[in-house]
Amino acid sequence: MRRVAVAGVGLIPVKEYWDRSLQSLFAEAALKALKDAGTDKVDSVYVANMSGSFMQDQINMGALVTDSLGRPGLPAVRVEAGAASGGVAFHEAVKAVASGYSECVLVGGAEKMSDVLPEAATTALVMSEEQEYTAYTGVTQAGLSAMLHRLYLDLYAEPAQVGMMAVKGHDHSVGCKHAQYPFRMSIDRAMDSPMEADPIHMMECSGVGDGAAAMVLVPAADSGVEVVGSAVATDCCSLAIRRDPLIFESVRRAAEKAYSMAGVKPDDIDLAEVHDDFTINGILSLEALGLAGWGEATKLVAGNATDKDGKIPTNTFGGLKARGHPLGATGLYQVAEVALQLRGAAGDHQVPGAEVGLAQSMGGMASVSAVNILRRFGV
Amino acid sequence: MSVPRYWRNEVPRYRLMGRKCVACGARYFPAQPVCTCGGTEFEDIKLVEAGEVVTWTVIRSPPLGYEKYAPYVVALVELDDGMRLLSQVVDVDPADVKAGMRVEAVFRKVREDGPSGIIMYGYKFRPMVE
Repeated sequence: MRRVAVAGVGLIPVKEYWDRSLQSLFAEAALKALKDAGTDKVDSVYVANMSGSFMQDQINMGALVTDSLGRPGLPAVRVEAGAASGGVAFHEAVKAVASGYSECVLVGGAEKMSDVLPEAATTALVMSEEQEYTAYTGVTQAGLSAMLHRLYLDLYAEPAQVGMMAVKGHDHSVGCKHAQYPFRMSIDRAMDSPMEADPIHMMECSGVGDGAAAMVLVPAADSGVEVVGSAVATDCCSLAIRRDPLIFESVRRAAEKAYSMAGVKPDDIDLAEVHDDFTINGILSLEALGLAGWGEATKLVAGNATDKDGKIPTNTFGGLKARGHPLGATGLYQVAEVALQLRGAAGDHQVPGAEVGLAQSMGGMASVSAVNILRRFGV
Repeated sequence: MSVPRYWRNEVPRYRLMGRKCVACGARYFPAQPVCTCGGTEFEDIKLVEAGEVVTWTVIRSPPLGYEKYAPYVVALVELDDGMRLLSQVVDVDPADVKAGMRVEAVFRKVREDGPSGIIMYGYKFRPMVE
């Protein structure tokens, strides 16, 4: 396999774009990434999108976005893996370059949640669960996470300790130009907010937003940021048949493979972007990634280890909670943020001396996960 | 929901029927085509209708179609023979639900597809009167 590098990064702010179409968001991020890469020689396109078929009645996104970019003719395909779509699309794009099939790949994600009412957004999220016996109960993604949250509180932590995951995300988002909610939030505000799905409070949940992020991948030369590990794994879809529902097996498996490809251990990771769509999922992801011991992630977060100057800086631009969570685009925001960190281009969010970074996204109730590991050249 | 999609799930949902792998004995609800052991031969099993709550939540922001039932409890229920499933728990104040609470299956309306669509039914659980 060839080594693969990130040649260009493009992001747009996560917010509600009432006046814009899904493809215009994609095009803006894509053009930024192409300009950043200084190339127009793209030979294939991957587009990550989770809910366009429900929220905009739009499938066949590959043709739609190449047309929007003024590049009809390019091969293009939509990658959908629930909220892990972005991370999985990045993985597919990496494989295209690594295999030698493609020389220059544009991989972008776009999602536009503000086109539907909140109840419909809730429905869109739970579409990533098995429909006839899981979604049929009327459960939501928040509700599934809440059942894990309650098990975790019984064993390991107090509610406010889990809630700190959201507080820290907001701390990190201050000053971030592409974050949807770049302000501080106190733990009291989180714990005093209404219940969304007991014991998860509303302010422990990521919001509804629109966004797009894109990157350009090429064969690695000797400068920039290299993709050194990339893996995807699945788990049984229903919590009811998992041996230990508090272990995100898909995350653990993808991480194990990505670490092995990269030749690194969790201790070597300088920063991580993890999937905190709900606080508990950020906590359980840190554990499944091996960045915290089982049952110990809240201690890590409360002990400032996930701060910018901590042992394992996490969600350095705010994470899903504060940067925002535009579903299919989210995984690409995460990887793009890691790339910016490794370039030393993260501004006020910069983790000093960052050399190796990890991005983890998951779809469904962690039934599919992607872990991508990037490294700065010359390390 | 389309008629065939609803109709083909009637027996498992109405009678709580699962399947057991002939090769290794693993039990599934809902049924799946291939067992993790690789087995593809299954026999039908009737699920036990009593169990206890393992963990639960209260749905306050429901998906489309479930609005008029909110807030409602959804729980991970462990049946007395060790099988687990997800189900609403009804006939209870959400504040009174506890881990280990004994529950039993009941047949209930789940939702309806507007004024002229299918009225959907299935299992829910309720606190058991010992």
